[in-house]
Amino acid sequence: MSDLTRLTAAETAAAIRDRSTSAVEVAQAHLDRIARVDGQVHAFLHVDAEGALAQAKRVDAGELTGPLAGVPLALKDVLTMEGVPTTCGSRILEGWRPPYDATVTRRLKEAGVVILGKTNMDEFAMGSSTEHSAYGPTSNPWDLTRIPGGSGGGSSAALASYQAPLAIGTDTGGSIRQPASVTGTVGVKPTYGGVSRYGLVAFSSSLDQAGPCARTVLDAALLHEVIAGHDPRDSTSIDAPVPPVVEAAQARDLAGLRVGVVTELSGEGYEPGVQARFDEAVQLLRDLGATVTEVSCPHFVYALPAYYLIAPSEASSNLARFDAVRYGLRVGDDGERSLEEVMALTRDIGFGPEVKRRIILGTYALSSGYYDAYYGQAQKVRTLITRDFQRAWESVDVLVAPTCPTVAFPLGAKLEDPLAMYRQDVASIPANLYGGPAASFPAGLSEGLPVGLQVMAPTLRDDLLYRVGAAFEQACPAPVPSLDWES
Amino acid sequence: MGYDDDLREFEPVIGLETHVELGTASKMFCGCATEFGAEPNTQTCPVCLGLPGSLPVVNEKAIESTIRIGLALHCDIAVWCRFARKNYFYPDMPKNFQTSQYDEPLCTDGYLDVLVEGEVVRIPIERVHLEEDTGKTLHVGGATGRIHGASHSLVDYNRAGIPLVEIVTKPVVGTGARPAEVAKAYVAELRDVLRGLGVSDVKMEQGSLRCDVNVSLNRPGEEWGTRSETKNVNSLRSVERAVRSEVERQAELLRRGERVVQETRHFHEDTGHSTPGRSKEEATDYRYFPEPDLVPVAPDPAWVKELQAALPEAPSLRRARMTAELGLSDLDSQAMVNAGVLDLVLATVAAGAPAAEARNWWLGQLAQAANSAGVDAADLAIAPEDVARVVALVAEGALTATLAKQVVDGVLAGEGSPDEVVAARGLAVVSDESALTAAVDEAIVGNPDVAEKVRGGKVAAAGALVGAVMKATRGQADAAAVRRIVLERLGVTED
Amino acid sequence: MPEITREEVAHLARLARLALDDAELDRLAGQLDVILGAVAQIAEVTDAADVPPTSHAVPLENVTRPDVVVPSLPRDKVLAGAPAAEDGRFRVPRILGEEA
Repeated sequence: MSDLTRLTAAETAAAIRDRSTSAVEVAQAHLDRIARVDGQVHAFLHVDAEGALAQAKRVDAGELTGPLAGVPLALKDVLTMEGVPTTCGSRILEGWRPPYDATVTRRLKEAGVVILGKTNMDEFAMGSSTEHSAYGPTSNPWDLTRIPGGSGGGSSAALASYQAPLAIGTDTGGSIRQPASVTGTVGVKPTYGGVSRYGLVAFSSSLDQAGPCARTVLDAALLHEVIAGHDPRDSTSIDAPVPPVVEAAQARDLAGLRVGVVTELSGEGYEPGVQARFDEAVQLLRDLGATVTEVSCPHFVYALPAYYLIAPSEASSNLARFDAVRYGLRVGDDGERSLEEVMALTRDIGFGPEVKRRIILGTYALSSGYYDAYYGQAQKVRTLITRDFQRAWESVDVLVAPTCPTVAFPLGAKLEDPLAMYRQDVASIPANLYGGPAASFPAGLSEGLPVGLQVMAPTLRDDLLYRVGAAFEQACPAPVPSLDWES
Repeated sequence: MGYDDDLREFEPVIGLETHVELGTASKMFCGCATEFGAEPNTQTCPVCLGLPGSLPVVNEKAIESTIRIGLALHCDIAVWCRFARKNYFYPDMPKNFQTSQYDEPLCTDGYLDVLVEGEVVRIPIERVHLEEDTGKTLHVGGATGRIHGASHSLVDYNRAGIPLVEIVTKPVVGTGARPAEVAKAYVAELRDVLRGLGVSDVKMEQGSLRCDVNVSLNRPGEEWGTRSETKNVNSLRSVERAVRSEVERQAELLRRGERVVQETRHFHEDTGHSTPGRSKEEATDYRYFPEPDLVPVAPDPAWVKELQAALPEAPSLRRARMTAELGLSDLDSQAMVNAGVLDLVLATVAAGAPAAEARNWWLGQLAQAANSAGVDAADLAIAPEDVARVVALVAEGALTATLAKQVVDGVLAGEGSPDEVVAARGLAVVSDESALTAAVDEAIVGNPDVAEKVRGGKVAAAGALVGAVMKATRGQADAAAVRRIVLERLGVTED
Repeated sequence: MPEITREEVAHLARLARLALDDAELDRLAGQLDVILGAVAQIAEVTDAADVPPTSHAVPLENVTRPDVVVPSLPRDKVLAGAPAAEDGRFRVPRILGEEA
């Protein structure tokens, strides 16, 4: 069997089913590769070799079956996994082993997926570069001096460096899509409510969504079907059938599809190379049979400020539970200090600067006297953005835009300028505020670095993303990184 | 100056906030059990512990109970409402926010009529909403188990997440000289309503019914004064005392020309007064916002109509009906309500006792026992069925009134059921002829002079012999039978 | 242009239980001022005036569960991650503030 780590998930599953290889062999091959290359990429925070091999054995014994049985996967460290360290990229949860599995984790286990370990991320999912991890940054396999995107840089880097064929990320303002864009991989944010948030450590509850990440569209679709679906433990989870994403991922043409290019998501702020690849992608969609028009979504320009009011507000509340009482870090408990002091000290030391920035910002936006002007106003703008989407659906089936205004930038380049970092999300945020599904597909290179095509669809029409992505992928195969740093 | 003078000089405005722990089987947002008294932290899960990643799911029974409470209090039921987060830090709150309701409560604008000294007072209700309870903190190392001087604290989250209904009155004006009585009557009546609905066991001493009492004073014609809030009011009696104590305290301050500070005070059962807690000058900013992990609640109007139709008879109506049926007067009825024993009396009647007897027991010996033990009558160790049994025993002659009192004392002391106490203490009326005859003969032998008098025709003197027998039998002899036997034995007939 | 003062940041830090030192306070105040300047743009959206706020992306209502008891976590798991425990309870240093 040639390099098992170069197979797609679908190929891996098939090879295990037809016994040309075993789940244990596949798991071991990936664990070996992680040991060989992750020292340089730093995609993983924790590798669970024992758990992975035990799961692989169960698949080989026929105890677990399904379309992805035996396929290895990297899990973003923001999802709980019983007994396995879950840090959310933060010092405040160092060493915490949850006593329960997230629903996503449980569904993966039940489907026979082999979870290799937990991947690096910006602390509590706040960031666009994975540089805000308390455990050090992850490198982009395309160029180790560059960021892999964020907050889910670990997952996308694991894919791009062939350490896993599948990964799970979470997307609140673009944290699945932007890393996918800058690493040349596929990343999908499902319709909000499409995938359970039970066990997903909350950043911004009304925006967070877990989603599938892979190197191919079909792989992402297969993974999507494993994790999606109603969960009675999550009150915001949708009780409706999972959209037929695998079926859609097998489509090959776009005849009759109406595509809208969002006027506001281009031009100033978008690197020329990114814009160029995007324009070419749009032309390709036309060639594939789609009708393409321009659609104006005038309130999209306010998506960034709205998001940077709503998300930190919800986060400031969600992160209040990290108080040195029941789990996690406790510092300064010297027998003299009060609980209030220990709490404040622990939180100051346990949280990094980006998290603290957002907590203060969120506390401000919710505070008495400011609520109406900030949080309240942002939620109204959210309604306007939703209406822009709904109006768009009257004339088109999907909307497209570049996923991210830039290619992967160098590590450290935007750390001193929070606003510059925030602008990475300018194109991805609207879909989070609306709640509709959105994805990033590899769309060529600019100056040797990947560019992503973003597709957005109406709520519950996740299948449309896969239809577009599959057809596009066939016509514009994803570029492959040289990985010449591998020694 | 005294309390009554205070209320002549100032007008009180009172408000009551009541928290009711619902008696649901499981918690508000998770399936953990809600049993009282379990070992610490054995009724918790990722949700009620607020573990990272956990999410709440609303208990449908809690919604139903809250709506029924609102309907019983004549409230409007929201067509659509939401939960909100109330953000503040305290170790008994696992998430450091409480999932509650803010500007969109489930029920609004109701009222409860209460009887105070024969008059109906209508207490306006501002809102009824649903939230979750906190855990319990034990302060270790301090003098009284309170926070001050404690070296550390221990937290138990069994109670965290139990559904809590908050009932808030509008400011109640015009109570004149009776703010304390009105407050107490309101809480008593509210408790009756809640008990009747079956939504909570409303045991103040177990914390399933908690009151915060708000009081302000103003001179007639002036604006309302600054109010204080008194917490830790754990009994009906404390409600009354808390109001009184605040009226006195505030009146004195105001007379001296001083300001009443807006603050939260802590009530002490032992002293009957409150001490200041947190100053509310710098009010905590709770930063309320709609709870994103929960979706809106929109009760189906048809369902609300069904709930309304199925409401039990309001306690006030039931009382009126039953007291009329039983021939008890309004005064009786009111006395029984005030003593918190009306339901007990009715239950005793239901168990077979005549109304008057039931009333006499509960308003007499039992009310006294409750008072001296400092508990509600309902929490005495004696049940209505027991009282009915004692009444029956007296009626059939097995107990005299005196013996009955001792039997009741025994039951109250936890010695068992009335029959068990009778047997254990040997309190049965002695009516066995031969036993009585033997006792009479002994008395005659022991009192020869008296016996002579009786033989000589002074029948009245027989009383002394009856007395002697009663003494010898510790009051357990059937007095009438003893008298008869004395006369027989002495060969005398009654004129 | 909204300005957020050092004092306001200090107040917010207290509300959020963050013990920021002076250097952090200064840095944060500066950064937040810039960020708030950018997000204040939101006030420009005048057609937001008559629009209802969105708090939920999906129009779900009345999601509830039946009042049924489900096994709790075993206590040893509950206390497993505790920084300090005593007598089956979570142990914390002395508390200054009163319960709400």
